[in-house]
Amino acid sequence: MSAAAAKAGFDCREAYVRALEELADGDDRIVAVVNDSVGSSKLGGFRSKFPQRLINVGIAEQNMVGVGAGLANGGKIPFVSGAACFLTARALEQIKADCAYSNANVKLCGISSGVAYGELGATHHSIEDIAWLRALRNLTIIVPSDPWETAEAIRAAAAFDGPVFVRISRMPVPEIARPQDAAFAIGRAETLREGGDIAIIANGTLVHRALAAAETLAAEGIAARVVNMSTVAPLDEAAIAAAAETGAIVTAEEGLSHGGLGGAVAEYVATHRPVPMRMIGFPGFLPTGSAQWLMEKFGLTDTGIAAAARELLGSRQAG
Amino acid sequence: MTAAVARVREKANWIRRSAIEMIYHARQGHPGGDMSAADILAALYFRILRYDPARPSDPARDRFVMSKGHCTGAFYSALAAAGFFPTSELATYLQPESRLNGHPNRTYLPGVETNTGPLGHGLPVAVGIAIAGQIDGADYRVFALTGDGELQEGSMWEAAMLAGHRGLGNLTAIVDRNGLQQGAPTEDTNALEPLADKWRAFGWEVADVDGHDHAALLAVLEAPSTPRDKPLCVIAHTHKGQGISYMRDQASWHHGVPDAEQYAQAMKELELDVEA
Repeated sequence: MSAAAAKAGFDCREAYVRALEELADGDDRIVAVVNDSVGSSKLGGFRSKFPQRLINVGIAEQNMVGVGAGLANGGKIPFVSGAACFLTARALEQIKADCAYSNANVKLCGISSGVAYGELGATHHSIEDIAWLRALRNLTIIVPSDPWETAEAIRAAAAFDGPVFVRISRMPVPEIARPQDAAFAIGRAETLREGGDIAIIANGTLVHRALAAAETLAAEGIAARVVNMSTVAPLDEAAIAAAAETGAIVTAEEGLSHGGLGGAVAEYVATHRPVPMRMIGFPGFLPTGSAQWLMEKFGLTDTGIAAAARELLGSRQAG
Repeated sequence: MTAAVARVREKANWIRRSAIEMIYHARQGHPGGDMSAADILAALYFRILRYDPARPSDPARDRFVMSKGHCTGAFYSALAAAGFFPTSELATYLQPESRLNGHPNRTYLPGVETNTGPLGHGLPVAVGIAIAGQIDGADYRVFALTGDGELQEGSMWEAAMLAGHRGLGNLTAIVDRNGLQQGAPTEDTNALEPLADKWRAFGWEVADVDGHDHAALLAVLEAPSTPRDKPLCVIAHTHKGQGISYMRDQASWHHGVPDAEQYAQAMKELELDVEA
């Protein structure tokens, strides 16, 4: 990577389409289904290479997901791609009945998730997606943290037999530093940094911010573990139990914490290993502002995570 | 009457009697729609569809999608009669942990292609299957049976539009045009007419047929001698409650349950029908 690109960060959609084209090269069952979102899903290259295998249903999300389920019935492995806000909300009953309940082999790719469309407002934010998708049993949910993990998640989704949702951000993120032998597995959390004083459980665009927060905390003598919980369903409960052993957990995600990753961790912690928690996320419909401004305004930053960790540890000591 | 028509007629009658028996014992169900769909299901499962009940996932099978997923009395009866599961299992309809849920579930019941029940889901899935067949140049056919009230769901027209756009000649939608939705005529609720014009405008061929005339159904559903370049919509004009005098064309029998006397009368009328 160039130094400039590394500084600016990467758009995970690029990794998504590269992985998808590679898969499609080797497996003619791979097809893409879009709702007029060829450009926003960056699937122009896929369309050029595999014109028969790019199915554009037009602006019709319910039909897009139903068609995806039908393609799976016909032996295809459909990657159904659309803006996460419309894909998950407009077609929620199709995701429920046609994909999850029917156990159809459909891969749902929610593009430009979270607050990527900052200024366009709450209609275009996809911050509720994890909360409502997590309510559907039998739907695997993956929120990758960077380009490498996005590509790995797409490959894992293709290999997995069953419905999967992958949340694909356009908000630039750096490559997360990982060991050479790092491997992605659905349902397995990744401990990116060891630490015994507190655990930060994050996913998606908050992972690199969590790592930065841990660096800040380390300078203050606080050893924070950082866990990348990229699979939200099924949840890696062993990793949460281990995180709870530190005695305090902060969760961080680019979405509603209530019902999202924060809610998922809290449900496990409250019923198995109660420890104090703080949840970094958005509160609900958001004011107008750029993605960057919204992230800062609501504390979805390294400083916000570090402040929550300090406050949590302070309150624990005070208690 | 040809042997094929006679067989369909006999199976349709069996499906009707079976569905009424299931509903009578379960004390729930949708007899009106079961009766209107029985002849269509019999024509499909006992003449038109190519399938092997021992291999319900055979990639080459014809697909049938029950878009009007609430009419399981008739649908399950057709599947059992076709050999997908024992007819004795029909007695478990709606009982705790039965595979015969109020709406069909493909994950545990062979012969079901996709889980339906909420309206507006089946046709989009059928369109997806037909697109897969189109991409592969496969020769299987795809059928979806929709309610008429179901056509008030926007997703049906999203699917119809795409099927027309892509010229899915391997796809047939059959509208069970009994004219009644849950509580009232479709035309008093949110009118569908001119229905054939709507489908044509969406790029479909349209055939109107008497949905209780077995010979006419077979004629329109048989594979065409030259492949179509458009999807086919069969508007099957039917009567809710067909075959049972007191149910016929009565919206109240959408999900009514017969009492003992009504049950006896229904079975008697259906016996007479098969003897006639």
